[in-house]
Amino acid sequence: MVLDDISLAVKPGEVVVVSGPSGCGKSTVLRCINGLEQIQGGRILLDGAVVDGASKDIAAVRAKLGMVFQSYELFPHLTVIENVTLAPTVVLRRPKGEVESEALELLDRVGLKDRAGDYPRQLSGGQKQRVAIARALAMKPEIMLLDEITAALDPEMVHEVLDVILDLAREGKTMIIVTHEMGFARAVADRMVFVDGGAIVEEGPPDEFFDNPKTERARKFLHTFEYESVR
Amino acid sequence: MDLLGLLGLDVLFKGANALRLLGGLWVAVRISLISVAASIVGGMLFGIFMTWKNPVARVVSRIYLEIVRIMPQLVLLFIVFFGGTRALGLNIDAELSAIIVFSFWGIGEMGDLVRGALESIPVHQYEAAEALGLDRAQMYRHVVIPQAVRRLIPMSINLVTRMIKTTSLVMMIGVVEVLKVGQQIIEANRMTSPNAVFGIYGTIFLLYFLACWPISKLGERLERKWAS
Repeated sequence: MVLDDISLAVKPGEVVVVSGPSGCGKSTVLRCINGLEQIQGGRILLDGAVVDGASKDIAAVRAKLGMVFQSYELFPHLTVIENVTLAPTVVLRRPKGEVESEALELLDRVGLKDRAGDYPRQLSGGQKQRVAIARALAMKPEIMLLDEITAALDPEMVHEVLDVILDLAREGKTMIIVTHEMGFARAVADRMVFVDGGAIVEEGPPDEFFDNPKTERARKFLHTFEYESVR
Repeated sequence: MDLLGLLGLDVLFKGANALRLLGGLWVAVRISLISVAASIVGGMLFGIFMTWKNPVARVVSRIYLEIVRIMPQLVLLFIVFFGGTRALGLNIDAELSAIIVFSFWGIGEMGDLVRGALESIPVHQYEAAEALGLDRAQMYRHVVIPQAVRRLIPMSINLVTRMIKTTSLVMMIGVVEVLKVGQQIIEANRMTSPNAVFGIYGTIFLLYFLACWPISKLGERLERKWAS
């Protein structure tokens, strides 16, 4: 069992950051929420309705959840703007012109309006990830699920991506964020959730979590981000 | 002897020889076209079938593919044309036999290429499509198949040209295609134009080139277009 006895409620407008050591199951939490991972027990509710990855209606549920992956996963055969407009035109069957102008606004927002006609392979990692964020936002999701979206990026590109997310948080977007960027987590989170061994070990406001972790495991985990001076 | 005679090209201008050769080429191209069309449609379906995890599906496709790979096309032609007539009492004409064998071969090989193309698409691409709310049909239509086709083009172009070239075998079961017509012309003019053997086979070489070259070029263009 990867996850055990996880109970997590997210309020509208809340930003929850999930962190924990590698392999602790934090990505699995996100993947369960939008039905990419089958659950053996328990329930996931979205607006009071059950999320079931095996059901036929899962596509409609997923349309309300915007997911961004660690490895961007843009569609390589489509241009930047086509990546953004695909789901709204195909899934929501909205008119192309309207979707396109919205897509351009979104691309403008992530600073990539001038790259609309390019293919993903012409972009840097950070740019790709910003397109992936725009692609998820184009579905006007109620909740954004971000799965270690900066883990594959060079350090100098991390900021340009996280700035976009900070902007979304300011706007009041509901988000569940899995990340190893502790500075970012502290800045963006309304609540920290610390997962270890497939269970929630500790949760609370970020200042409390970072300054006075209650559990030994959280303390140990936070300690791995610090270095002892040699002088 | 003038230059045309020396190269054995003079026979081309005797009677309807040039037209007959082109007619023979058309027979070869017709067999290829029908078989290639069957291979593309059948290969798509067989390729998807090969990605099933069902053990029976696996064994069936494995055996089919091994037969296609191991059996020389000539043996397959003989089995269907001669063997089919004797053992099963089927009276299929030579051209239809050729089409059956070439389609059987093409569907197997094309299926394996389709399977490879489908399996080379990372799981994450499927997940990204699913996460955006695309259903299965939409995912295949907009994300999986367009990418698979792009990976498929170079290998399938190679298969198609191989199929066209291999039609030269069908004269062995009595189909009068371009090579057979060429032999007939050479035989008929052995005394008057002994050099026809060079001229005719040289012309046939050119004809095969003209049939395959545009296909290779098209493949190259598509590859470049999708790579840039």
